[in-house]
Amino acid sequence: MSTLAKLFPPGARQALPVLLFLLCGFVAPLLAVIAYSFVPPRTFSLWQPWTLENYVEIFNSSSYITFLWSLGLAAATVIILALICYPIAFGLARVFGRWATLITLLFTLPLFVSENVRIYGWILFFIKNGVLLGSLKSMFGWELESALFTVGLTLLGMVYVYLPFMLFPMTLGVSMVPQQTREAAFDLGATRWQVFKEVDLPLAMPGIIIGFLLTFVLAVGAIVESKVLGGQRIIPITHDIEIAFTYAQNWPLGAALSVLLMLVVGALVLLVLRRFDLDSILGRR
Amino acid sequence: MENSGDRAWRALIWTWTLAVIVFMYLPALSLFLASSTSSRYFMFPIQKWGLDWWQKTFASLEVRQLFETSFFLALWVTMIAVVIALFGALAFARYDWKGRSAYQKIVLLPIFFPQTVLGLALLLWFNALGLTMSWHTAVFAHLVWIIPVCTLVISIQVYSFDPALEEAAFDLGATRWQVFREVTLPVLAPGIVSGALFAFLLSWGNFPLSLYTSGADTTLPEYLYAKMIAGYTPGVPVLGTVSTLGAGLIVLLGYLAVVLLRRGGSTAKSAD
Repeated sequence: MSTLAKLFPPGARQALPVLLFLLCGFVAPLLAVIAYSFVPPRTFSLWQPWTLENYVEIFNSSSYITFLWSLGLAAATVIILALICYPIAFGLARVFGRWATLITLLFTLPLFVSENVRIYGWILFFIKNGVLLGSLKSMFGWELESALFTVGLTLLGMVYVYLPFMLFPMTLGVSMVPQQTREAAFDLGATRWQVFKEVDLPLAMPGIIIGFLLTFVLAVGAIVESKVLGGQRIIPITHDIEIAFTYAQNWPLGAALSVLLMLVVGALVLLVLRRFDLDSILGRR
Repeated sequence: MENSGDRAWRALIWTWTLAVIVFMYLPALSLFLASSTSSRYFMFPIQKWGLDWWQKTFASLEVRQLFETSFFLALWVTMIAVVIALFGALAFARYDWKGRSAYQKIVLLPIFFPQTVLGLALLLWFNALGLTMSWHTAVFAHLVWIIPVCTLVISIQVYSFDPALEEAAFDLGATRWQVFREVTLPVLAPGIVSGALFAFLLSWGNFPLSLYTSGADTTLPEYLYAKMIAGYTPGVPVLGTVSTLGAGLIVLLGYLAVVLLRRGGSTAKSAD
């Protein structure tokens, strides 16, 4: 074999198109954001003396509040989704049998409808004279205040939108637990709780952690939920970034905020992914 | 003793799952209800049922234009993504090579990334390159996210692919191209169809990436967003319901295609 073939074995050759594409479609844009975060505020060209002004402005402002809101809401979303999804993941892996495919499809389908349209559906559900309040009024004569435009509803929107991203990795994780191991534990007299704590949870952990990570990262980037359902009661960091890019026409400031968000997300992702063997999760034989 | 408790647990899990499914479809139901009223404003319970707004929405030239833009965007994304992701998936799951583990993680990065920020990053990058935004740049933007997703979906099929099949074909004197066309492609077909489905539908429904990178061209999700923040119009529920039903139909057809391909694959295998 020639040295060329040695340098580029079949796998590397087939990875090449994807890698090249990600180089100009993912790495380069991120470098562009980093570069833009160093140009003077309210300018649009890269070719000028660089400065740290944008970062100074951020650290002197109250941006940390929006950061905390984003991280806090994302963490709350992850915790709620873990509780909602575990029984379903367990069901998909162990209980539903031939119905599992249909149920998986039902959970996949909403992913294909634009997020903002589905969020709008929730508005129609919760709005005054909407599906919920209208029904309560006509059936029981109750007239309640609409729950729209609250932080609670922002959270509901996020839980709703990101549910599949928790459910599917979790299901992969739960499917990895060998049935024999569980039965052995039961035979040895373990209670249901002990099997859950000592067998199911540790062995399903890779999938569960991937679900946590994916949900958290996507939820940190959530914007439509708080803007539409939450009535801008709170401003998450992505909304701040969007304002900088649109109304304020201050691209460098938006870029600097993005860099800070990317640092948080990137550190978390790299830290977690480094420890995982993806082959075992995705089912290499 | 395990069994009686078992039945109760199973019932509980079924009930919980069905309740969550109902929760997942409440917005779609609300959209459908709001689209089937004849009045200008949505009041529940509905006084006057009717499909007037469906007619009005579909008679609009603007809406046809939106469907066209979104369709061609999604079509191009699907065609390019499937080709690149097919090779990407073989590298991901089929071959053992140095750097594969790192490659697998690099492929995941765009998925594990907030999409709003990705859209803005691409906007800055296109701007730095001096490109004019149109749906062409949006194709590129969608690919950044959809190629990795598609690679993962096809990879899952590749994992269950037995390399011995390819080797046997080589031993029998097949050329590289023949092996690819006659062995690799047919065996991976179900995965490729699922990958294409994901690519098309995710591109069709994408909002955050299109928003910043499609320039003057407007996709359906962008139009709906502009309408819904501008105030209420029943056109939004109509188009939302159409999207949901359309996606359901495509998923159903795709699912049938995958089932047929699997069946075809297994009969071919047993005939050998």
